[in-house]
Amino acid sequence: MFYYINSVDLYGYSSFHPKNRDYRYFRPEGLLDNYLRGIMKPKGNITINGRSYPFFAGQTILDVAQANSLDIPTLCYLAGAVSNGGCGVCVVEVNGGEELVRACETLAETWMIVRTESPKVVKARKEAVRKMLNTGNHNCAVCGTRDASWTDFQLGAQKSDDTTDLCPVWGDCRLQDLAFKYQVQGENTPSDTEYPKDLANPFFVRDYSRCIKCGRCEAACNEVQVNLAIDWDRNDKDASYPLANDLCVYCGECVQACPVGALVEKDVHYSLRPWEVDRKVRTTCSYCGVGCQLELHVRGNKIVKVNGVEGVAPNYGSLCVKGRFGYHFVGHPDRIQTPLIKENGKFREASWDEALDLVAKKFSQIKETHGGDTMGVLTSARISNEENYLAQKFARAVLKTNNVDHCARL
Amino acid sequence: MTNPIGDLEKADVILITGSNTSENHPVLSTYAKRAVKRNNAKIIVVDPRQIPMTKLAAKWLRQNLGTDVAWINGLMHVIIKENLYAKEYVEARTEGFEDLKAAVEKFTPEYVEEITGIPANDIVETARIFANAKAASICYAMGITQHICGTDNVKSLANLSMLCGNLGIPGGGVNPLRGQNNVQGACDMGGLPNVFPAYQPVTNPEALARMEMEWGVNGMSGNLGLPVTVMLPMAHEGKIKAMYIIGENPLVSDADLNHAEQCLEHLEFLVVQDIFLTETAAKADVVLPSACFAEKEGTFSNTERKVQRVRKAVEAPGECKQDWEIISEIATRMGYEMKYENPEQIFEEIARVTPSYGGISYKRIEQDGLHWPCPATNHPGTPILHAAQFTRGKGLFHAIDFIPPAEQPDDEYPLYLTTGRVIYHYHTGTMTMKSDGLNVAAPECFVEIAPEDAQALGISDGEKVRITSRRGEITAKARVIDMTGPGTVFLPFHYAEAAANKLTNSALDPVAKIPEFKVCAVRLAKAA
Ligand code: SF4
Ligand code: SF4
Ligand code: SF4
Ligand code: FES
Repeated sequence: MFYYINSVDLYGYSSFHPKNRDYRYFRPEGLLDNYLRGIMKPKGNITINGRSYPFFAGQTILDVAQANSLDIPTLCYLAGAVSNGGCGVCVVEVNGGEELVRACETLAETWMIVRTESPKVVKARKEAVRKMLNTGNHNCAVCGTRDASWTDFQLGAQKSDDTTDLCPVWGDCRLQDLAFKYQVQGENTPSDTEYPKDLANPFFVRDYSRCIKCGRCEAACNEVQVNLAIDWDRNDKDASYPLANDLCVYCGECVQACPVGALVEKDVHYSLRPWEVDRKVRTTCSYCGVGCQLELHVRGNKIVKVNGVEGVAPNYGSLCVKGRFGYHFVGHPDRIQTPLIKENGKFREASWDEALDLVAKKFSQIKETHGGDTMGVLTSARISNEENYLAQKFARAVLKTNNVDHCARL
Repeated sequence: MTNPIGDLEKADVILITGSNTSENHPVLSTYAKRAVKRNNAKIIVVDPRQIPMTKLAAKWLRQNLGTDVAWINGLMHVIIKENLYAKEYVEARTEGFEDLKAAVEKFTPEYVEEITGIPANDIVETARIFANAKAASICYAMGITQHICGTDNVKSLANLSMLCGNLGIPGGGVNPLRGQNNVQGACDMGGLPNVFPAYQPVTNPEALARMEMEWGVNGMSGNLGLPVTVMLPMAHEGKIKAMYIIGENPLVSDADLNHAEQCLEHLEFLVVQDIFLTETAAKADVVLPSACFAEKEGTFSNTERKVQRVRKAVEAPGECKQDWEIISEIATRMGYEMKYENPEQIFEEIARVTPSYGGISYKRIEQDGLHWPCPATNHPGTPILHAAQFTRGKGLFHAIDFIPPAEQPDDEYPLYLTTGRVIYHYHTGTMTMKSDGLNVAAPECFVEIAPEDAQALGISDGEKVRITSRRGEITAKARVIDMTGPGTVFLPFHYAEAAANKLTNSALDPVAKIPEFKVCAVRLAKAA
């Protein structure tokens, strides 16, 4: 396995800088990462909630916790991005100190004794969540007290949304989850009355009335996809909302990253609730040769949404506009649904038996009269390996010709 | 690809040529873009079009269409002359260096400027950037291969990579970006006229005998078959009588479409198996409806040779059948029994007859795919090819001279035309054009014209223009924009109603039999 060793030299993995932490090494599932872990020596041990865990140089407290299945909640942290937005949800207590630290950006050290759910930590998290709940129209059940301000707030949200339904991602929202977990309620005092919206693009809705300015979309766009389509400084707390400019290519990385209901695919916006998805199926994208791993969300017999599979090569959650939004051909009404036979220049529907018999008969006839080399098979760069294998086997073993090719060069 | 996709992030220099990476391989391009953003890697783009990647590039060289061998030789000329090449690597791992040296001798930066239009000092600077990189990766796509000298272009890139010791190291390599999801797999499986699965030549009697035994037949052909670009003209001559086309739409993707159409019409019997009634299917005698990727189990092999699972998410509509079922049924009805329970069984057979897939099974790739070669069930797969040595032992330099494109602009057809894709559509659009969103984003065919040319022809942005070549004529909307530079226009080839390939030249590369899609001569006029 020489190539791995080579790789290590070239990476120069010893030169980590906390803010420039190279996420490649710590992606949990990567083949290379496991190997690196096998040959890298841990830097030391850190104590979390009374137990000691080994860690590597360059790992944050959050990395160590995640590698050991310890739950430290996060919100703005985006795996694969260099910087985080400072939502304050991931805070932990270190050595009983007054000041809590952010697990997502603090490097693990041997002297650290970390507590992840101490009263101080819980109090700080409640405060962080409450602050975010008060930033916009978070009109799910977690908001506010049952008085007049509540009614006003709900009416305002309904007006802004132009619907009487609750938030479009009700039940699939990181903020809502945290509000339940830490028993926090908002105060029905949204920060703004008017919010920017983008309903014009064909793929997803941008509705900043639910934006919590976490910065995940900005990181996803500028640091992960590097499309540089969101000009917005997440550290500038007075900045408006993370609107996109015309460099946007609708890859939807930001939509997958958005933890709340601000960025939502049009196909599910108010038409499908997360619990209505029957199953999620992992597969490989059928467009280009990158082979991104997709998670198809299926309701009944229909694909309703596509996400990138996080944490695995080659795409680690990223997709492009075709892979994410180009699935409508699957159940499209124009699909051919029965075999067709042409008679007098026109197609008529036929049964499988009739069509297959006809094909077999004609192929046999032509093979016998003119020989296999007068026939050709075009297989496809679109079908599976198994099917390509059978297609060339068919040409070679049945038709007895090597006239088999595909159109990839075209 | 010789290297895995993730390797791009480890390169110091990434040379991108003939690939509009961020539009055609968007997720792969994110690796290159992150390399720039985070590791200060340098991107060099050599492309006639000002593609989006040029925005992040340290250098963008705009070559004249079809002059790739010249600039690559030019880079090597400088690298050798300035002694920047990897001497130890060249010594230990390659042969033919003296021939290469002699061949690139005449490609001085000035001579290269004359041919390619790239300023001489850009050639020198680019050569230095490339040669001084610790690891330099080369990525290319159809812009390199779809030329009469496509094979030469690819070999030249391999020369350049070897010269700087970049083949076989992390972050290096020569990486063809496959346009379609399973081109790699189709080739690996022997979907080619000259090889069985795993590239075993059909002309090798031992391989032939082995396959005959494995498949239980006699009398298989040991002669080279015909590539598609030859099959179609042979159909026209009546020498090919029947074709079975599975999941392809040559009637939008073939060069010189008008001719391709006549070819198919001359067939005695045409069977098309597809998910939509494509332009090609409309010409068929029998159409067999098949299942699409989301409706079946199986595997695809991506551009980095990684074999990954495809899984069924929904039921196929109507009576559609799986491609493998249809093929098996026809074979069985022709007296050769093909009987499989499921794709996994077929894959087991593949692993048996395809040495490079020998160690791969559905079980092993359940969570994450494996890169072939993976010859044994305990082999970890091979993300980087040629790490210790080349397949043939030593890497061979090829001395290559420049030949101009088959068709050059003249008085009658004064402009160059080149073709490509847009990010929102895929290939012939049969799939992407079923998503309203993608159609809204890229609704119709357009032709990119440089402002200078547009002005000379009196064409303004948004106007309909007629584009004529020696082979055909189409109309498209003018997009006046500085993308290709004066003298060249660009058309995407997705749109059947304005099929760019009615215009393109079907002159073939003599080895790879790839048509010269990327260069032909046209004339433009305002549509009446
Ligand atoms: S869709 Fe993609 S390009 Fe557009 S803003 Fe979101 S991440 Fe950026
Ligand atoms: S749009 Fe979503 S991801 Fe972006 S800052 Fe707002 S809440 Fe965060
Ligand atoms: S999601 Fe985009 S980049 Fe990824 S495989 Fe599909 S088409 Fe290619
Ligand atoms: S997750 Fe750490 S600050 Fe937001």
